[in-house]
Amino acid sequence: MPGKLKAKIVAGRHLPVMDRASDLTDAFVEVKFGNTTFKTDVCPKSLNPQWNSEWFKFEVDDEDLQDEPLQITVLDHDTYSANDAIGKVYIDIDPLLCSEAASVISGWFPIYDTIHGIRGEINVLVKVELFNDLNRFRQSSCGVKFFCTTSIPRCYRAAMVHGFVEELVVNEDPEYQWIDRIRTPRASNEARQRLISLMSGELQRKIGLKVLEMGGNAVVGYLQCFDLEGESGLVVRAIGTACTLDKLSSGSAPNTNTHVHPNTAPASNACNSPSKDGKEPVFGEDLPSFSGPPTPFRALPTSSSSPPPFSPSKPCSRQSSSSDTDLSLTPKTGKNTYVLSSIVSDQAVFYLQEFPFFTLTSFPPGFLVHVGGVVSARSVKLLDRIHNPDEPETRDAWWEEIRQEIKSHAKALGCHAVVGYSESTSICEEVCILSASGTAAILNPRYMREGCLDIGSTDHRLFTVAFHLRQFEEPSPPSCGFCHIPYDELNMPFPAQLTYCYHCRRQKVPDVLFTTIDMPPEAAVTGKGCLIQARLCRLKKKAQGEVNATAISNLLPFMEYELHTQLMNKLKLRSMNALFGLHIQISVGENMLLGLASATGVYLTALPAPGGIQIAGKTPGDLSNEHHILTIQKRINDTITKNKELYQINPPELTEEVVGSPIPEPRQRSRLFRSHSESSDELSELDLSHGKKDAFVLEIDDTDAVEDIHSLLTDAPPPTGFYSCNTEIMPGIYNWTTGVQMFTSVRVFRLSNANLTNQGLNKIFTDLCENLLKSFYFKLRSMIPCCLCHLNFTVAVPEEELIQVAVTAVAMTFDKDQTQEKPADKPVTKGCSETEEQLQFPLELCADSSSITTQTSSKISAASVDYGSFADRCSTWLELLRLKAHTIRRGSVKTISSLERSSPLPEGRSRSLRSNRSFGGSSVPVVKMTPLSFLPGTRIIKYLGIINMFFIRETTSLREEGGVSGFLHSFIAEVFAMVRAHVAALGGNAVVSYSMKECVLMENPNKNQAQCLINVSGDAVICVIETDQESMPSTINVVQTCSSGADGAT
Amino acid sequence: MAVELDVFVGNTTIMDEEVYQLWLDGYTVNDAVKVRMEGGVLEEFEASADVLLSDTMDQYRTFQMCERLLHSPAKLANQLLFQIPPHRQAILIERYYAFDDAFVREVLGKKLSKGTKKDLDDISAKTSVTLKSCRRQFDNFKRVFKVVEELKGPLVENIRQHFLLSDKLARDYAAIVFFANNRFETGKRKLQYLTFQDFAFCAGQLINSWTIGAVDNMVEDMDVDLDKEFLQELKELKILITDKDLLDQHKSLVCTALRGKTKAFNEMEANFKNLSRGLVNIAAKLTNTKDVRDFFIDLVEKFIEPCRSDRWTASDMRLYLTHYTNSAHILDTFKHQVVWDRYMGVIKSCIFKMYHD
Repeated sequence: MPGKLKAKIVAGRHLPVMDRASDLTDAFVEVKFGNTTFKTDVCPKSLNPQWNSEWFKFEVDDEDLQDEPLQITVLDHDTYSANDAIGKVYIDIDPLLCSEAASVISGWFPIYDTIHGIRGEINVLVKVELFNDLNRFRQSSCGVKFFCTTSIPRCYRAAMVHGFVEELVVNEDPEYQWIDRIRTPRASNEARQRLISLMSGELQRKIGLKVLEMGGNAVVGYLQCFDLEGESGLVVRAIGTACTLDKLSSGSAPNTNTHVHPNTAPASNACNSPSKDGKEPVFGEDLPSFSGPPTPFRALPTSSSSPPPFSPSKPCSRQSSSSDTDLSLTPKTGKNTYVLSSIVSDQAVFYLQEFPFFTLTSFPPGFLVHVGGVVSARSVKLLDRIHNPDEPETRDAWWEEIRQEIKSHAKALGCHAVVGYSESTSICEEVCILSASGTAAILNPRYMREGCLDIGSTDHRLFTVAFHLRQFEEPSPPSCGFCHIPYDELNMPFPAQLTYCYHCRRQKVPDVLFTTIDMPPEAAVTGKGCLIQARLCRLKKKAQGEVNATAISNLLPFMEYELHTQLMNKLKLRSMNALFGLHIQISVGENMLLGLASATGVYLTALPAPGGIQIAGKTPGDLSNEHHILTIQKRINDTITKNKELYQINPPELTEEVVGSPIPEPRQRSRLFRSHSESSDELSELDLSHGKKDAFVLEIDDTDAVEDIHSLLTDAPPPTGFYSCNTEIMPGIYNWTTGVQMFTSVRVFRLSNANLTNQGLNKIFTDLCENLLKSFYFKLRSMIPCCLCHLNFTVAVPEEELIQVAVTAVAMTFDKDQTQEKPADKPVTKGCSETEEQLQFPLELCADSSSITTQTSSKISAASVDYGSFADRCSTWLELLRLKAHTIRRGSVKTISSLERSSPLPEGRSRSLRSNRSFGGSSVPVVKMTPLSFLPGTRIIKYLGIINMFFIRETTSLREEGGVSGFLHSFIAEVFAMVRAHVAALGGNAVVSYSMKECVLMENPNKNQAQCLINVSGDAVICVIETDQESMPSTINVVQTCSSGADGAT
Repeated sequence: MAVELDVFVGNTTIMDEEVYQLWLDGYTVNDAVKVRMEGGVLEEFEASADVLLSDTMDQYRTFQMCERLLHSPAKLANQLLFQIPPHRQAILIERYYAFDDAFVREVLGKKLSKGTKKDLDDISAKTSVTLKSCRRQFDNFKRVFKVVEELKGPLVENIRQHFLLSDKLARDYAAIVFFANNRFETGKRKLQYLTFQDFAFCAGQLINSWTIGAVDNMVEDMDVDLDKEFLQELKELKILITDKDLLDQHKSLVCTALRGKTKAFNEMEANFKNLSRGLVNIAAKLTNTKDVRDFFIDLVEKFIEPCRSDRWTASDMRLYLTHYTNSAHILDTFKHQVVWDRYMGVIKSCIFKMYHD
């Protein structure tokens, strides 16, 4: 009995009228935890009852504390008949189990009913007393912190990054139980809500146990999803990155332990440069006087004022850049005891991880060494073939398989790790597409080696199993190092055009870089970034079972290819050369597949300037055609010029080669631009590389291709004053002000026309997305100048003729008048000291696992049809990356390359905080929400715990609630309200890393019914307005103001 | 092919003041879109009609959801559903309770009953205020009326606290409640030239000086019901016209004071007895509810119209009434100075306000 949960019901307000006769309500409350229930007295005839109950005490196991929610039910007392339920409140008490998070939950919660929505509010107080303080970590995983944020949380430093954790639990979906036929919709919804709440708790506890086993104390980048498989069950799964986090007391210097753990391999000890002992790198910390995202350069003034003693062997002439990364890690003490030694070969401590995956998307400086490219894998599964649906084994095996594939792709790219990793599913009837993607990367193993934390000596298997020596050369300059190719130039995984880095001129870089991560803040960019989307619809025949799965498998590679081509073309059209935050979603419906790829395009200074786009005709003799081509070519060129201006991309001097005359294309080529449904035969050995040679040649030989080009050109740029991106921050904007407006928007489009073509569908889908963006710009026009950040599009095909797009994003204002430059303290250096040959990281690491891959892929699982070995396997990004080779064929390509790069020396960045007017008199605390990991102009001083909420709403009076739009509008507003209330009750004033992970809407207008499920998550935090002086953490004002800049349209 | 569902929900509720006004004015979504297009918001922001339609629908939905809360504005501040900055809440409330002068002029003094509500379509046609807007305004009047009916304390203050309205608007509502309660006749043709603001001013005067609240501030309906004792006492003023000596004396005092000060002197002198009889008779009859209702029409018929036909200027009026009131104090046989002052103070300022074209 290691815990005592105490709850007190204080009062209610705005209750609904339950007794028509008196227009009043006789309310009382049931408080339930586990199997124990307490009741308050009835507060007769009041809509604003004051119960002021005693403390209800539950004595429970901490395991239950983790799994179970506290369930509060408000009822109307009825003497003669059954008591009527008014609504419920579920309170997740997990945040109270961690000493560093919230200590009490106290506040007004909306009383929620799945049929009626919010019906009044209730004031509740909850506390937890944990006994056996020393012992409690043994029994359960209480105390492990969870963060949705995909970077090291702002007020922590990562002592160590342990790696990937995953878990999956399965249960029968209450909606599919026999009892569902006889119980009310309300009872069914509540059973489901409760079950998912329980499963989430269980999942979190299990993951927590894994983290403890690994020696960590936190999960960062925690991503939990649920799959409504229907008959076969309800799956809740989660992935995350286990870390050991140290809390930074604000303003104080971080731990300066100099300890080398005895259990670390001797080799590691020996190679530890004495000069490094001074301090472990500190990262993930939010520097207090800072309004934007973290850049490591803040620290530089310190280091420049007292230059660190570089070791003699260091190539001094260009020292500044090479050491920046590490120097920036030591700002806190002010004394630069941390000396980087250039010749010390760092012992690469890379323990064998089954999956060296990281769900993080932004990293402490120096962690990310090189980025290879995007790796992804998809697999089509049949849910009705699961032998033992109630057990997680089959699903575990599926994911295992996909992860192995991802791992081997990463290996092929010469990378030992995958960052920005995520997993998703799309389910339609019995077919399920599992997808995983990430960015292959080489990481600095120093951050995964045992840190300064003293971890119990129980399990060091992880740290000692495998060590791989890696000669760590002088780090590349942070502004370009990550672009340098990780693979061997002579033994490239795919044909790519390499050039010397335009930034340092030392290392090779590819011509285009695609990644799923956020842009490293230290990266050098030219101009601004922008949202780039590729959208695609493919019709498929309605089918069942294996036939259906095969059809989908066959379509997938084409979709990936076309999405990729679109992305590439759009990137070129904007004269950019890199994509960050790439997220590709393929959604399956009964008669179509939807593909949506979103990313933020940017011009990386280190990469070569992109070439233009060349239009080639099929029949050169035809004069009218020639003319047509010329017109289109002109339009494209104009667009490129316009875009360069718009995104302020003005790299130095472009030399243009003379354009060669277009040469007829072989048939084969043109097929790639059209529907591929007929070509499934050739696909078993899909070689997409035949398309790569002319990736930038658009050939128009038929109407389809013309359509393609038109769609390319129809993407309207955002109106003046607006920028958009899907990453955390907008490359090229650094002076955020405090205006923040988070929003969720959902659109459903009904296709009435039965005989649609792929082209027609594409157009509809593209228009749908474009119109959504236009609507956002219009609605948020009062915030100009502003940027829509973290635009997260989710597509679904809820029914045969419906396309659903849901978007969550945040609009943030910035100061236009200030120079749009990076902070002055950013070091811009040309050239770097990366002289030593970079040793390829040993791939033996993966040797055994690749054999596993072969095994798994050859083994046909009895439980399910394994379509993973079909064509979709070929369509990984690894293959697609090959496409980016320039086409030099037949001289039909205009090659535009930049020779010289002027270094845009950034001006000083001054911060301007738009003053937050504060409005008194409001009794409801303001809670800001954002999908980002920070709020501009504020500093997070405390993480209060994870918010992970699941709601169902149902109505049988759809028309009366204003149709589906009215229904969903109020539901989303209610969800926001409940999230805000929970955060406020935890004592927080903001939610960061907020996301709506699921929005499943089912409607039946004929029956006047609709049902919707929403799952949201985020991190509850306390943030304070950033003061100019970082020295006064005690006197900072808690952000209480409404975002004056974010009131929305006026 | 159609957009089946389209919603946009902000964490901070987004509200466009222009759209709010259109919604309040009872425009349908399509009409509102038209108005907005004509307003040029599109050119300003290169958006298409679809975008405007979608935005307008969203906002209309938001307003509809908020409407329930606006019915008891205090709830708006502590509800959790919409995160609306307080200054914006104030705007929402103030605008929601704002009304059209043309509309209020039609219902002023009428019983706020179902019967009147049925006539709203006629009023709508007459005033060209949309029926929807008429209903909202009418319901607002009724709601405020119902709430303050049962409250003790000063009327204006009650309205302001319960509906979080500005002082100005609270006073206007007080006037509306006061008129509805006493059923003052305002619809007659002769009164058509008077604006709502004229009446609201007069209501303020009456509330301040003639109600029970003017003497006792802790009774129910203190500001809505006229002080019965006072009305009774007004009968005593009759002596001013029934006692011939007193009347002549009064006249000569006033004329002495006025002589040479105005061009309309001759008319004043000639009409003195008529006008004085008019005013004092109004006072004496106020014990009858029926005559209370006709208070304003009596003022116009018995006093304002004769003066206007004699082409008195506003300053003539001011001069005359001042001396008329003050001279009564000098009459040694006239004992009802206090009542006289309480009566004439209100009459004077009402007539000043009402004496225009």
